[in-house]
Amino acid sequence: MADNRSTATHPSQQTEFNRRTFLDTLLATGFVSTAVAVAYPVTQYLIPPAGGEPATASASAGRAGSLKPNSAAIFKFGSKPGIVVRTADGDIRAFSAVCTHLDCTVQFKPDTSQLWCACHNGTYDLGGSVVSGPPPRGLEQFAVNLRGEGDDAEIVVSRS
Amino acid sequence: MIAKTIAWLDERLDLSDIRHFVEEKGVPIHAQKVWYYLGGMTLFLLGVQIFTGILLLLYYRPSAAEAYESVQFIVTRVKFGWLIRNIHSWSANLLIGLAFAHFFSVFFLKSYRKPRELTWVSGIILLFLMLGFGFSGYLLPWNELSFFATKVGTGIAGAVPVVGHFTLRVLRGGDDVTGATLSRFYGLHVAILPAITTALVALHLLFVQRQGMSVPIAVEQKLKPGEKLRQMPFFPNYILRDVLAWYIVIAVLAALAAFYPWELGRKADPFAVVPPGIRPEWYFLATFHTLKLIPSHVFGLEGERLGVVGFGLVALFLVAVPFLDRRSSRGERSPLFTAMAIAGLGYLIVFTILGHYAK
Repeated sequence: MADNRSTATHPSQQTEFNRRTFLDTLLATGFVSTAVAVAYPVTQYLIPPAGGEPATASASAGRAGSLKPNSAAIFKFGSKPGIVVRTADGDIRAFSAVCTHLDCTVQFKPDTSQLWCACHNGTYDLGGSVVSGPPPRGLEQFAVNLRGEGDDAEIVVSRS
Repeated sequence: MIAKTIAWLDERLDLSDIRHFVEEKGVPIHAQKVWYYLGGMTLFLLGVQIFTGILLLLYYRPSAAEAYESVQFIVTRVKFGWLIRNIHSWSANLLIGLAFAHFFSVFFLKSYRKPRELTWVSGIILLFLMLGFGFSGYLLPWNELSFFATKVGTGIAGAVPVVGHFTLRVLRGGDDVTGATLSRFYGLHVAILPAITTALVALHLLFVQRQGMSVPIAVEQKLKPGEKLRQMPFFPNYILRDVLAWYIVIAVLAALAAFYPWELGRKADPFAVVPPGIRPEWYFLATFHTLKLIPSHVFGLEGERLGVVGFGLVALFLVAVPFLDRRSSRGERSPLFTAMAIAGLGYLIVFTILGHYAK
């Protein structure tokens, strides 16, 4: 009761308080809106636009004749590296050369006939499956077709 | 929350100096105090430039083969890229306009007089640095206009006696404007000039804070002996007015960026002919037009060289103004320097307009 009376006796203080709260709220709302109006376009800007990289369906991996048995070559599959391997018995296989562990590019080890990642010593067999090391999954295997005859045939690699 | 944070910091770092400074800082109240806003607005735009400039760096590629394409990518593919680039371009122009306005207001009010000579000197150098930013940044999109403007601009530097040819080669990174020039201008624009500017702005602001705001001579003279001008507390009264001025700047900037997109033009081609009606950015128009008017030979001297030497002398004179204007440093009115400021402003306005409409 005493409280009520004291507020009633000082109406000026009461309005002063409301005015201040009102102005503070107005000002804070204004500043926050400005911050949002800046932050939204900036965060959108920071997100890189989807690259000019529509999922590649197929690519050429060179001539069959240039690939000796028990050797391999890196080729461009869209914007990522692929690896084409000719096994000791002459079979041609192609994989994504991006290691499933941390995106390093794998290479062919002729002595063990395995695909090996130099970054963290991951190895894959020539079916793309993990043999040892940290990779969580096997390499993606691509379908291989030959266009043409003999050594001149073009190796066409496509996503199966 | 804020109060708690401050108390926490205060307990550890002893902020009493800063608190004392903020509480004591005042801004004199008089009829000319509206000019005090210009410096703050210029500083605000400098902040906008740094912010948007850093954002542009994320996608820009400084090479003759990719620069144009990367800017095209920013304005067409990146979300709000058009906005960031337009704001950077418009803000650059507003910044130079406001810096000139700030410069002339200080000149007319003689705020450079003792003890503020060094504030003026740092300010003049900053004005020249801003022009350097404008000149170097203009080339970065690597379009036709900027390519030829840079040819002409660096050619003017080549007309400086004795060191001209050396300067030209250093600026261009060779004898011609090529990709090497672009690399240099890029380095200048994003590293060298920002580093110098940051240091000078810090110094400039430190001087202003140490000395407080200058009061015009006319206002000072009207004061009775022992009388002091009324002051407005800087915090929060004046800073809120400053913020209001910045909001006006934001509004103008946003409107310009949204409704008047900055053109990208065509990609620079060193073997294309110069497009007709080529002219520099508006802030170089007066200089450009003056050089056009000087005859090719004056008293046996090359006209271009004479013009460049003349501009150099004007720049030196501007730096020296507070040391030459003895009357205002004694607190007396200085009509001669007011007349010079009027003449300078008149020259810039008239020649900019002439340069704009000249064929």
